Amino acid sequence: MTTDDLALDLRGLHKSFSTPAGTVRAVDGLDLAVRPGEVVAFLGPNGAGKTTTIDMVLGLAVPDSGTVRVLGHEPSEAIARGRVSAVMQTGGLLKDLTVRETLDLMASFYGTSAAVGLAIERAGLADAADRRVGSCSGGQQQRLRFALALLPDPDLLILDEPTTGMDVAGRRDFWNAIRADAAQGRTILFATHYLEEADAYADRIVLLSRGRVVADGTAAQVRAVASGRVVSAVLDAPMTVAELSALPGVDRVEHRGDRVQLHTRTSDALARVLLSTAGAHDLEITSLGLEEAFLTLTSDVPVLAAAESAAVTTGSLR
Amino acid sequence: MTTTHPPVPALATAPRASLWQPVYLRTELRRLVRNRRTVIFTLVMPPVFFLLFGTQSSYGTQSVGNGNVTAYVMISMALYGAMLATTSGGAGVSVERAQGWSRQLRLTPLRPAAYVLTKVVSALVFALASVLVTCAVGLASGAQISASALVLGALVAWVGSAVFAAFGLFMGYLLPAENVMQILGPVLALLAFAGGLFVPIDGGVFATIAKFIPTYGLAELTRSPLLGTSPSAWAYINVIGWGAVFVAGAAWRFRRDTARV
Repeated sequence: MTTDDLALDLRGLHKSFSTPAGTVRAVDGLDLAVRPGEVVAFLGPNGAGKTTTIDMVLGLAVPDSGTVRVLGHEPSEAIARGRVSAVMQTGGLLKDLTVRETLDLMASFYGTSAAVGLAIERAGLADAADRRVGSCSGGQQQRLRFALALLPDPDLLILDEPTTGMDVAGRRDFWNAIRADAAQGRTILFATHYLEEADAYADRIVLLSRGRVVADGTAAQVRAVASGRVVSAVLDAPMTVAELSALPGVDRVEHRGDRVQLHTRTSDALARVLLSTAGAHDLEITSLGLEEAFLTLTSDVPVLAAAESAAVTTGSLR
Repeated sequence: MTTTHPPVPALATAPRASLWQPVYLRTELRRLVRNRRTVIFTLVMPPVFFLLFGTQSSYGTQSVGNGNVTAYVMISMALYGAMLATTSGGAGVSVERAQGWSRQLRLTPLRPAAYVLTKVVSALVFALASVLVTCAVGLASGAQISASALVLGALVAWVGSAVFAAFGLFMGYLLPAENVMQILGPVLALLAFAGGLFVPIDGGVFATIAKFIPTYGLAELTRSPLLGTSPSAWAYINVIGWGAVFVAGAAWRFRRDTARV
């Protein structure tokens, strides 16, 4: 696919900030290609570079190096054409206007005044349309930001941690509105630090850590990587990759010298089989480096406790 | 039907959005009317000050130039009200930056220059309302002034207050505070005193200082139709000089603010 066909094409992005404590590399060599119609979750902890990346996509920040193409345009150009719009985390609303006045005003900038009614309906704001923004709930204000982002009928919609500070019901209503919109074929990129949101609403999860993409795939793939472990052992009698792959719960097999490394999500069961029937010794079970980062960012629970229940938690929250 | 359309050649750049944004201007005016503090500062306080200082029977009826002392206070207060209106209008950018509104606007095709223009024009509309209210109250309370002096004086007060729109913008971009008008309100009152807008300053070191205060030149220009005198060259220099300083300052901060960093 050429860059003009992609909804989003980020190559070699770098962005550093100077702080009193030294230089912070917020984005450190990030590459990402998003095809039209994808719903992509940007998953990562605070400081992973999500917001800085989004700022560069929207032209609010300029990369130190690397290129950003949005639907084949420069960011400022994509904004001026109304091809991309965004729902920001907080702020950005005038409290003394009503919901409808805010929408009418913004629609006048795009020249799409007729779109206001539809945006109110899609964002589920009909009951609050004549309310002052200052007296709207957090969830209503967020749905107003969403309605504002719908006004230009953008090809690419970007949401930066859109449900921060919302209660459970508000979060559910908000995501229902987004999901209905995504069903129309719009490309959506949303940043979140909730694994369950990424899991439930995205086709594809891009996991960010320290300004880089550390995993990229479907929710199932990323979850497998994130919750997996490596069981390694020395075998008395060599086994082929096919034989090893056939062992219970083995996702992937690698040979490292005289050791085999087996990637699995059921390390205890696999270890038992290896020790009892495969003639393995010097067995080690290690977490993936990614898992630690992933759990730290997706859970408020301490890492050790979360590690035990990661698979269960993600399953039950869906 | 499967007709294929010839590809539309993409424009190199999107058409630039207009600087003139009538919906935005209307919305801004609505916001100003809703803001009780703005209404009190610009439409209530100046006429009240006029009634306190301008209608004393001891001197109010003394004649000066083309009118009386009451008219002199009326014209001075009209300028003060216009200054308050334009300063607070310009300084509004401070609050809107703090609330993230400026950032939200940057995600739309609206040009930053159109934003500033809309803020200035809405501030000038409110300044005109302030001038008209103060003059109406003045004329109903014993101000005597020739028609031409009234029209000319009010016009100069209104147009001249644009200098303070630039002052408000400059301060609005410079001061991060959400309550920037709580600082600028007293500052304006101080400038009005020091520049001889509330009370004329005759002789002494304060009179010398007054000549360098931003309100000095405007006060002299606004009153000259009533006094029937032609303003000094210094009054023009004062207004143009400070106007240039404020516009340059506002433009400098504005460019910093909109630079993509």
